[in-house]
Amino acid sequence: MAATYLLCTAGLAVLSFFLAASRARALATTGAALHSRPSYHGLFLASLVLTAAFAIFALGWPLTGWLAEKYALSVLPAHVTTDPVGRDTALRDIGEIVQRREVAGANSEIIGAAAAYARITWLGRVITLIAGLAAAAALLLNGWNRISSYFPARNYFERWVEYLVFACAAVAVLTTVGIVFSVVFETLRFFQLVSPVDFLFGLEWNPQTALRADQGEFGGSFGIVPLITGTLLITTIAILVAGPIGLTAAIFMSEYASSRTRAFVKPMLEILAGIPTVVLGFFAALTVAPFIRNIGTAVGLSVASESALAAGLVMGVMIIPFVSSLSDDVMNAVPQSLRDGSYAMGSTRSETIKKVVLPAALPGIVSAFMLAISRAIGETMIVVMAAGLAANLTFNPLAAVTTFTVQIKTILVGDQEFDSAKTLSAFALGFVLFFLTLALNVLALRIVRRYRERYD
Amino acid sequence: MTDLIDGRRASDYSSTAAKRRLVKRYRAEARFRAYGVLGLILTAAFLAVLFIDILGKGLPAFWQHSLMLRTPLVPAEIDPLGAHDPKQIASADFGKIVKDVLASQFPYVKSRAERKLLNSLLSSGAADALRDRVIANPALIGTTVATPALLSADADLFFKGRLTKVEAEPAKSAATLNIQPQERYEILSPDGAFAASLAEIKRHLGARVALLRAEVQGLLAQRPEIASRLAQARDGGNSAEALRLENSLQSIDLKSAELQTRMQNLEIRASSSSASEKLDATLPSILAAANGGLIKAEEISADRLIGPALVPPRSAASLAPGDWSIVTYQTPQSFRRIADQQIAWLEHLKGQGLIDRHFNTRFFTSGDSREPELAGIRGALVGSLLTLLVTIVLCLPVGVAAAIYLEEFAPKNRLTEIIEVNINNLAAVPSIVFGLLGLALFLNTFGLPRSAALVGGLVLALLVLPTIIIAGRASLRAVPPSIKDAALAVGASHQQAVFHHVLPLAMPGIMTGTIIGMAHALGETAPLLMIGMVAFIVDVPSGITDSATVLPVQIYLWSDLPEIAFEAKTAAAIIVLLAVLFVMNGTAIVLRRRFERRW
Repeated sequence: MAATYLLCTAGLAVLSFFLAASRARALATTGAALHSRPSYHGLFLASLVLTAAFAIFALGWPLTGWLAEKYALSVLPAHVTTDPVGRDTALRDIGEIVQRREVAGANSEIIGAAAAYARITWLGRVITLIAGLAAAAALLLNGWNRISSYFPARNYFERWVEYLVFACAAVAVLTTVGIVFSVVFETLRFFQLVSPVDFLFGLEWNPQTALRADQGEFGGSFGIVPLITGTLLITTIAILVAGPIGLTAAIFMSEYASSRTRAFVKPMLEILAGIPTVVLGFFAALTVAPFIRNIGTAVGLSVASESALAAGLVMGVMIIPFVSSLSDDVMNAVPQSLRDGSYAMGSTRSETIKKVVLPAALPGIVSAFMLAISRAIGETMIVVMAAGLAANLTFNPLAAVTTFTVQIKTILVGDQEFDSAKTLSAFALGFVLFFLTLALNVLALRIVRRYRERYD
Repeated sequence: MTDLIDGRRASDYSSTAAKRRLVKRYRAEARFRAYGVLGLILTAAFLAVLFIDILGKGLPAFWQHSLMLRTPLVPAEIDPLGAHDPKQIASADFGKIVKDVLASQFPYVKSRAERKLLNSLLSSGAADALRDRVIANPALIGTTVATPALLSADADLFFKGRLTKVEAEPAKSAATLNIQPQERYEILSPDGAFAASLAEIKRHLGARVALLRAEVQGLLAQRPEIASRLAQARDGGNSAEALRLENSLQSIDLKSAELQTRMQNLEIRASSSSASEKLDATLPSILAAANGGLIKAEEISADRLIGPALVPPRSAASLAPGDWSIVTYQTPQSFRRIADQQIAWLEHLKGQGLIDRHFNTRFFTSGDSREPELAGIRGALVGSLLTLLVTIVLCLPVGVAAAIYLEEFAPKNRLTEIIEVNINNLAAVPSIVFGLLGLALFLNTFGLPRSAALVGGLVLALLVLPTIIIAGRASLRAVPPSIKDAALAVGASHQQAVFHHVLPLAMPGIMTGTIIGMAHALGETAPLLMIGMVAFIVDVPSGITDSATVLPVQIYLWSDLPEIAFEAKTAAAIIVLLAVLFVMNGTAIVLRRRFERRW
C-alpha cells in the first residue's frame, strides 16, 4: 500500500514536471520573455506536488494506524482492554494475525478484532491515497494556471531546495535528539523503580533476580560499579596494548618512514581498521582466549575461559589504527621549523622527537588516546563474544568481567517486557554509555581545538 | 642539552668521554627507531596471524564430502501411479531409498541400533540431490543413477581429519586369527607385534596419572586455608560458618582420598609394562585389520589382541607378515563425536572409492539450518543486500544534501555551529546506542516490523550518515573556488553554480566516502542485534519488511553454537564477508585513483 502511494504520487510529480515545463515552453515560443527557464516551472510544480503528497502521507499513515488500533480494541470485550497486559498481548496478536503469521491460542474474538483492524487500516489507507492524489491534482491545476512569463519559478524552487537541504542537515541533529530522548525517557522510568544512588554506587549487578514485578524491592541488583570496573579493566588493557604500539608506529610513520614505507604501512593500518569487530570477536573468543588459557595453565595460573585479558588484547589491536592515525596527523602538523631548530642545536632525530615534537603534539596525542578510549568503551562485539556475563567486582585480568555493552546486548536481545526494571536498566546503561563517550569526545575535540590555535 | 649550551663543554667533542657519550646517543637513536619498527611489526604479525587463523579454519568448510552410491529408482517406491506427477514424486520417501542403498553396502549390519548408527552417517538432507534430480527428469525412474548423498557433519569432519588421527602400521610378524566364543576374535602374535601399541596405552595411563596427581594437589592446597578459616570461625564462635567449613573440609578429604585410590590403581596399570591391558572408551582405540576384517581390541597384551569385529574377516586363515596391520584411532572414543564402528564403515566406503569431495555450493545457495552440513549464507547475503539497499537509498541523498547545506548554504551562525558539532559527535557515538534508538523509536514508537531489513537499513543509515556528510564536505571543499566563481561570472545563480558545476566535480570523492561508509555498515553487528535481527531464520527474505538477518549477525550466531562444524562455517562466512569488504574498499581506492583530480 505504501509503495502504491509513493509510486502514484511520484508519477503525478513527474507528470506535473512535464506538463508545466511544456506549458512554459509553449509560452516562450509565443515570444514572451520568461522569468525562469521552462524546466524550473516544471521542477517547482513537481516539488509542490511531492511536498503535499508527502505531508498527507506522513499524517495519514500513523493516523490510520492509531484509529485502527482504537477500533480493534473497541471490538474486543472490556475485560481484555482494561487490563494493560492483556491489551498489549491482544494488540501483538492482532499485529501477528494481520501479517498472516501463526498465533498460538488465538480465539475468535482476537481474530474478529484483527479483521476489524485490517478493514480500518485498508479503508484509512485508501482514503489517504485519495486525499493525497486529490491534493496533488489540485496543486497541479492551480500551478498550471499560474504559469506565466512573470512567474519567478526559479526563485521559488531554489528556496524549496534550500529548505530541503537544511532539513537533511537537521536529520543529524534530530538523530541526536532521538537518541537522547529514547534513552532519557526509559532511564527516567527506570529511576522510578530503582534509586539513582543504588544504580550508581551499588556493588552488585544482577538484573536476572528482578524478573518479576511482584518481587518488589529491586535495590542491590542494579549497581553498576562492577560494570564500571569491568569496562575500565578491559579498556585499560586495550590502551596498554594500543598506546605504545600505536604511538611508536605513528612516530615511525611521521618521522622516520620514507614515502615508500608509508605507502605500504598506511594501507595495512587501514585494513586493520576496516576489519569488522565481529571478526575480531571471533578471533578473540576462539583463538586468543584458549591460547591465553593454555599459557596460564602451563605456568600454573587459573585463567577464566572468558578472561578480560583476551578481550582487552584484541580490543587493543582494534584501536591501534585510531591511536596511530590521529597521532600521525598531529605530529605531521608540528611545523618543520621546530624540528629544524632542534637539529641546528645538534640533537639527534630521537632527541628532537622526544623533546620537541612530542611535547608540541602532546595535546593532540592526548585527545587521540581519549578518542580511542571512548571507542573501546563503546565497542560491543569483541566483548560480547570474548568477555563474560557475570558481573565480578575484580581487577584481576585473568578473571571474567563484564561491560556496559555486554549487559545492554544480553538484556535486550530476545523477547523482552518493555516495562520491567530489567529491560529499562539496559536503557539506563545506554544513557551512561552515551554520555560517557560524549564527554570524552567533547573533551578530546576541545583539547585539539585549543592546540591548533597555537601554530596558526 | 645543557652540556651543549655550556660553552666549555660544547667544544669538547674529541675526548673519550665525549665519544662515549656520542656512541650512547646514537645507540639511543637506533633503539628509538627500532621501537617504531617493532610496533609496526607487531601489528603486521597480528594481522597475519588473524588471516592465517581464519583461512585455516574456514577454507575446509568450502569443501564437502558426499557418498556416491548407485541408486536404483524403483517405480513402485517413487511413482506407483506412473503419472510422473512432480507432487507425487516429491512425496516419495527418498531418504529411505538412500539409506537402503547405504545399508546394502554392509550386509552384516542387522540390528536396529547398528542400522541407526549407520544412517547417522548421512545428513538429514542426503536425499535432496536425488529428489531434485528425479523431479527434474522423471524419465530416470526405473533406471539406476549415481547421485551424491550428503554425509553428516561428523562424517564430513572425520574425512577432513578434524576428529581423530588414523594410523595404520603394517605388522612385521606373522600371526594367527582365532574365532572365540561370543563373536570375539583373537589374534596371536608370538613375536609381540602389539608391544608398541601396548606401550602407547601405558603412556596414556601415565599421562592420566599426572593429571589426577595435579588435581589431588590442587585439592590439598586448599586445605590449609580452609582449616585456618575454620579455626578462626571456631574462635569467633560462628558455629554455622564452622559447620559449613568442616563439611567442605570433609568433602575435600573424601574426594582426594577417592582420587588417590584411582590414581594408585592407574599407576599400577601404567607401570607394569608387560601386563595385558583392558581398553575402554577413554583410551585410544587399537584395531587390527586382517583378512578384510577389522577387529577392535578389548584387551591387548604384547602378543595377543582380542575383541569383536567391526568388519567381519573373510576367513580365519593365519596372517603372514605385511598382510595385516595394526590401526590406531588416536583420539579416545569418548572424546570424539564419531564411534569406532562408524569410522570403520567410513574407511570401508572410502576404500571402495565411494566418497566424493566436492565444492560446497550449498553454502551459497541455502539459508540457515540447525544442521551444519546444510547451513548456508544465502539468507544472510540477501539480508545484507536488502539492508544496504535501504541504507544507501536513505543516507546518500540525505548525506549529500546535508554536506551541500553545510559547505555552500549555511550561514555562519549558532545553529550551523550546533549542527557541525553535532555531526562530529554523532560520528563517535557507540554503535550499540544507535541500536537502542532503533529499538525505542522505530520498533516501539513507530511500530515498524521487528528483524526487518527496513529497520536495519534505517539504523545503519543514521549510523553512517556522519561519515558520508564528513566525506562529502571534504570533497566539496576540495573543488577550487575558481570553478564556482566562473559559473557565477557567466550569470549562473548560486544554486546553479553549486549543482551544475561544483557537485559533479565533487562526486567521485563523495562516492568514495559512500562506499567506505557502506563497507562500515556491512560489517556492523551490534545495533542490528538490538532490533531483533538475531532470530533463527531459514527462509531467504524476499522483501525489506520480511524477517531477515545479515552476514555479520549470522557470523555471530554461528560462533555461539557449540558444534565444531559450525566453527568452520563461521570462519568461512567471515572469509566471504572479508572478501566482499576488500572488493568494496578496492573499488573505492580505484575510484579515487581514477577520478581524483589534483587542482
